[in-house]
Amino acid sequence: MATAASSEPTRRDFLYIATGTAAVVGAASAVWPFIDQMNPDASVQALATIEVNIGAVEEGQSITVLWRGKPVFIRHRTAKEIEEARAVPVDQLPDPTAENAALPADAPATDENRAIKPEWLVMIGVCTHLGCVPLGQQGDFGGWFCPCHGSHYDTAGRIRKGPAPRNLDVPIYSYVNDTTLRVG
Amino acid sequence: MSGHSSYEFQNGFLRWLDSRLPLPSMLKGQAMDFPTPKNLNYFWTFGGILLLCLVVQIVSGIVLAMHYTPHVDMAFNSVEHIMRDVNYGWLIRYMHANGASMFFIAVYIHMLRGLYYGSYKAPREVLWIIGVLIFLIMMATAFMGYVLPWGQMSFWGATVITNLFSAIPIVGKGIVEWLWGGFAVGNPTLNRFFSLHFLLPFVLAGVVILHIWALHVPGNNNPTGIDPKSPKDTVPFHPYYTVKDGFAIVLFLIFFAVWLFYYPNALGHTDNYIPANPLVTPSHIVPEWYFLPFYAILRAIPSKLGGVIAMFGAIAVLFILPWLDTSRVRSGSFRPLFKVFFWLFVFAGVVLGYCGSQPPEGSLVLIARVATAYYFLFFLLILPLLGIFEKTKPLPASISESVLPKKKAATAEPAQA
Amino acid sequence: MRNFQMKRVTLAALTAIFATGLVSISPARAAEAETEMKHVDWTFDGPFGHFDRAQLQRGFKVYQEVCSACHSMNLVAIRTLGQEGGPEFTEAEVKAIAATYTISKDIDENGDVIDRPGKPSDHFPAPFANENAARASNGGALPPDFSVLAKARHGNADYIYSIVTGYEEPPADMTMRTGMHYNTAFHGNQIAMAQPIDDGAVTYDDGTEETLDQYAQDVAAFLYWTAEPKLEARNRTGFKVILFLILFAGLLYFTKKKLWRDVEH
Repeated sequence: MATAASSEPTRRDFLYIATGTAAVVGAASAVWPFIDQMNPDASVQALATIEVNIGAVEEGQSITVLWRGKPVFIRHRTAKEIEEARAVPVDQLPDPTAENAALPADAPATDENRAIKPEWLVMIGVCTHLGCVPLGQQGDFGGWFCPCHGSHYDTAGRIRKGPAPRNLDVPIYSYVNDTTLRVG
Repeated sequence: MSGHSSYEFQNGFLRWLDSRLPLPSMLKGQAMDFPTPKNLNYFWTFGGILLLCLVVQIVSGIVLAMHYTPHVDMAFNSVEHIMRDVNYGWLIRYMHANGASMFFIAVYIHMLRGLYYGSYKAPREVLWIIGVLIFLIMMATAFMGYVLPWGQMSFWGATVITNLFSAIPIVGKGIVEWLWGGFAVGNPTLNRFFSLHFLLPFVLAGVVILHIWALHVPGNNNPTGIDPKSPKDTVPFHPYYTVKDGFAIVLFLIFFAVWLFYYPNALGHTDNYIPANPLVTPSHIVPEWYFLPFYAILRAIPSKLGGVIAMFGAIAVLFILPWLDTSRVRSGSFRPLFKVFFWLFVFAGVVLGYCGSQPPEGSLVLIARVATAYYFLFFLLILPLLGIFEKTKPLPASISESVLPKKKAATAEPAQA
Repeated sequence: MRNFQMKRVTLAALTAIFATGLVSISPARAAEAETEMKHVDWTFDGPFGHFDRAQLQRGFKVYQEVCSACHSMNLVAIRTLGQEGGPEFTEAEVKAIAATYTISKDIDENGDVIDRPGKPSDHFPAPFANENAARASNGGALPPDFSVLAKARHGNADYIYSIVTGYEEPPADMTMRTGMHYNTAFHGNQIAMAQPIDDGAVTYDDGTEETLDQYAQDVAAFLYWTAEPKLEARNRTGFKVILFLILFAGLLYFTKKKLWRDVEH
């Protein structure tokens, strides 16, 4: 073999490299469908947008809806809550960014950046620590309190005390009309 | 696997590992350097093809199990959910469904190769018996897998096949109800079939390892049936047979891909796209194509218990094949009479397959009976007698000698086709 | 010598495989002896087949205005009308279509089922609440679900076309059972469904002729899509895969040849 091959090493090497490359490319492309099948499927993605009727939610009340398998808090805030939220200087917050999916990542965590209409606060109700659902209108700051590990959020859903690293996430949402909210 | 190779690895890590777990030298000795007869033809590539089939079925099956729901109310719809919504679900499900047929095509060729070249004869009896065991487990797995989509054919196939056990006197009824987990095929049946369908392929993989182990003790048979006599008769498995098997595997994949992408439902049955209905039996029920010859044997015997015995006997007889064939010559290439009976046997198998696919009416009943009789006569009468009466052709002295004159003969007498 | 023998063995084995393969494809042909299957040249036939979007959209219209009165399509989500490889309605059209349906599955705070307009993520609502209701309204016969119907019948789209166009006056010597209709394509020639559609029953906006034959083709094509919504992706992927495999096989062939060149075998 060795002597025969040395007469034309380039062609032989090229053939072996081409075959080996084809094998690797083929195997890699064959693997993709088996990985992609675990991604959210078409029926799950279709439910990625929900519309919520908020007409019946009075001031001071909250509703929780299920979106992508997670609770979304929709709170009709009182004037006092809005005022409290706006009074906090951003530079005193543990997480100074808005965590609003509709805004750039470095947008400051002002109350204006947390809610499109000040009276409606829409957030994903999942503690940014380890994923528990915080309790509403509890804790040291009158906002939310996570019972699992003691994280306190204020009336704009911003982390103020406890182990959670980030403010509660604000999902993409919009107002279809005055009483209908679309999340996602 | 048969003893340790004394190979010294250049790579420091491999040397370190090898002295603690001799996996590297085992693989080197068994999967790379293993001396393999140099005259194997393409029928010997089906072992590798079958290994690929098993891997494809296990991988695609595990994926399907992530999306499938084994419940009578949801099974059919969950399969359609896979076909419609899951990313590449259609590909993976058609791959699994057609993969089963590919598996059986390959296993039948593999078995017929073994039969033709006498690969079951001493010292390979255990290798053959393990192979028959693999075939049995494959059939059980395929049957239970076909039940899972919970279409009409799934349901009625399950009903008919499980009812075979009711032919057993006294305990038959009890066994069938035990299999069903009820008084008919139902949710408990579906759920346990799913569990077993998931389990058996791994059992299969274990038995396949035994099969390869039993192969690597005596080494490969070859088309001449003569044992390798000198190192000149063999080549190392890698790269010679890895590349040759690889080429054959890719050819087989092309064949597979044509079915998968362009005729994905041709090997199935349209009735299985109708959700299972315990109130209505389809007008003509047939098993999957790979069971048809055995189904024909079942129906050829005009007695319930007799048919069941004949069907299971058709597989049981394979277990004792090594002792039924009395010929001292292994390869069919040197057995002129055996060759004729072998091809008649293949023909009988195809005829049985055809009979199994048709309603048992008219002349087909008689034809199926004749073919069934031949199937058993071949093993129980022809093979034992042939060894005594057949005059075999002279055997070449060695594998090397058998391949050398080929080219001379071909150039000297081109007309000898 | 041996080489020729091997080729003969190969040939015979392949013949055997194909024979078994063909046999398995053709069972139950005998039962259709008395029925007539008309063949249409579908755009989705063959390895490069694809759906005709306009035809699927027309077929959907026929389904919506005629068939859906009795036939459910439980497994099909309305959103798939806009999916690639299907009728490909625009997002706005899909939403508008969805909104025409009333979905009665949500439960309000009192536990009562409420009606709401459909959303693209909903499946097509069934015309009857359950099988018994469907049978009661159809003289005891159950209108089959349309989701995978085209794959559940021999002949696929051809069968649906043949049924829709297969209504005729029964032959004089045939006794029709009560409530049954003569159909040349149906098993036994007696079908419970009366002729569902005739010339001019559905208005087409794109100028396509409004004939029974056209309606039958369009609805059959539509039903083939509902049964096999990934057909186009399948054909496309298949072409690429097989092309790659042939190339790869060629490379392996030459590698193998080179490797074995110096071995007598």
